[in-house]
Amino acid sequence: MAYSEKVIDHYENPRNVGTFDKNDPSVVTGMVGAPACGDVMKLQLKINDNGIIEDAKFKTYGCGSAIASSSLVTEWVKGKSVEEAAAIKNTDIAEELALPPVKIHCSILAEDAIKAALEEYKSKQQK
Amino acid sequence: MNYFELFEIPQRFDVDIAELSNRYRELQKTVHPDKFANAGEQQKLLAISKTAQVNDGYQTLKDPIRRAEHMLLLRGVDIDNESTTMKDSGFLMQQLEWREALAELRDSDNIDADIAALEAEFTQYRQQLLDNLSKQLVDTQASSAMLAADQVRKLKFMAKLQDELTRIQDAMYD
Repeated sequence: MAYSEKVIDHYENPRNVGTFDKNDPSVVTGMVGAPACGDVMKLQLKINDNGIIEDAKFKTYGCGSAIASSSLVTEWVKGKSVEEAAAIKNTDIAEELALPPVKIHCSILAEDAIKAALEEYKSKQQK
Repeated sequence: MNYFELFEIPQRFDVDIAELSNRYRELQKTVHPDKFANAGEQQKLLAISKTAQVNDGYQTLKDPIRRAEHMLLLRGVDIDNESTTMKDSGFLMQQLEWREALAELRDSDNIDADIAALEAEFTQYRQQLLDNLSKQLVDTQASSAMLAADQVRKLKFMAKLQDELTRIQDAMYD
């Protein structure tokens, strides 16, 4: 199966790979995995007091599409408000990367990673 | 299609593999297309589809993950090729650590010992999941089926880890 140029670009030059200090109170983490292919994705967001995502990092073990999806998401969420980030849909990711139907689940995983991180943000806010 | 009925073995997770293999060879003989060389077209086609069914049944029952999926499917829980996202962060964090440990193997000073240690951890964790699964599949409650489905999902992640480890080992000795 041929990957699109954008997938290859993100795969070969992934943006924002790494880990924030999880003890930093402004950092939230979204951990998700896809049982069907064994992909594991960790997305961390650094969110300031105004609810703006200042920085994002990811670590993904999986296929090229999963790495590209998470890499793209870290670029997209930077500078966005929590509400704007929550509105990112897997279809936007799949369209941007021209993912074939069998790889749509990679974009779903990336969307779910944002959601999981934002859930932690919400639960932290309520404390 | 209930493969346990096809192979006439007890419908439970702890399958006697020797018994299964014996039943497989017996069944294969009765449906082998060569036996129908002089039969009509329709019978030949039937023999071919029966053979495919017997082969698929054997592959399904032999493999613990596929066997568990089959048992769950018989109870109406279809998790084969599902696209659900797993969100158990404790489990996933452990997966991530293991994947990192695999990635670091290539810089290891004592790769054989490191591989052996990782393999022992994987085996122990996997055995725990299989033990849970075996118990949960005996129970007929719907909640047990959900728990069992969760063990199968985790086993798939463990299978992926094992594949990665095997790939690293193969690359080493090539």
